[in-house]
Amino acid sequence: MPSMTAPRPLHDRALDNLRYIRQTMERAGSFTAVPGWGQVAVGATALVAALLAARQPTPELWLATWLGEAVVALGIGGATMVRKAFAVNDPLLSGPGRRAGLSFLPPMVVGGLLTVALFRAGLWHALPGTWLLLYGTGFVTGGAFSVRIVPVMGVCFMTVGAVALLGPAAWGNWLMAAGFGGLHIVFGTIIARRYGG
Amino acid sequence: MARQGAARKTEAAERDVARERSAAGVRLGIVSALAVNDSLSFNQLKALLKTTDGNLSVHARRLEEASYVTCTKSFEGRIPKTEYRLTGAGRRALEHYLDHMEALIRVTRQG
Repeated sequence: MPSMTAPRPLHDRALDNLRYIRQTMERAGSFTAVPGWGQVAVGATALVAALLAARQPTPELWLATWLGEAVVALGIGGATMVRKAFAVNDPLLSGPGRRAGLSFLPPMVVGGLLTVALFRAGLWHALPGTWLLLYGTGFVTGGAFSVRIVPVMGVCFMTVGAVALLGPAAWGNWLMAAGFGGLHIVFGTIIARRYGG
Repeated sequence: MARQGAARKTEAAERDVARERSAAGVRLGIVSALAVNDSLSFNQLKALLKTTDGNLSVHARRLEEASYVTCTKSFEGRIPKTEYRLTGAGRRALEHYLDHMEALIRVTRQG
């Protein structure tokens, strides 16, 4: 005689159904080509950039060091994202990928414009906080269309950015190292392990 | 003898319930996936729900008959493409279902 199991309570089945709906929506609507290992590499280059920038004698050279790092990071991030998008068959230019990109872009453009304006005004000490805050904002807004860890990472960047903006100017470069270096490495590792590279 | 017959009936009933649950899962999956996308192709839904052509086709047709989804067939070059979209009725049905599940959980927690 087959063993009879007790029927599962309605409450459990309702919870299961809700969980299934949420997971399906997440899988269907998320941009998953966020490159974890790419972020780890960006974090490593940012740590090197922070060490180099700290040794620069003038604000102009300090800015040039970080702008150089931004170009390197853009190259690494872009290449690894395209590679992962192909690997997981996640289109970059349509659906969640497009929405994530379009949401990430405005804070980056604002960051570029503010960099020029603040540097011209001699407020280069405000740059680390501004960059970290806007970079974090990009991940919070773009992350709405991606896996849940991305907006969490954005909030962490914004927190470090707020400290940099309101704290002593001398902390700026090292908070950049903590944010662009440390947070990228930590979150990149988590993303790579949980979301396939 | 009578006991064996009863056991066979129970097994069959359990299989029916399991099959119905699985079928409901595919339909719920289709509606949930379409709720967060303007449209999804047959192949995208198949990969997302990890189901077979036949299974997806049957359940998508059921949803179409209920006016919860619309289906558009076209050609991309020489390759046929089937695209599904959620209708207003489908979205309302999903919202109603979610409300119902949440109410059920609330009531059983209170009890």
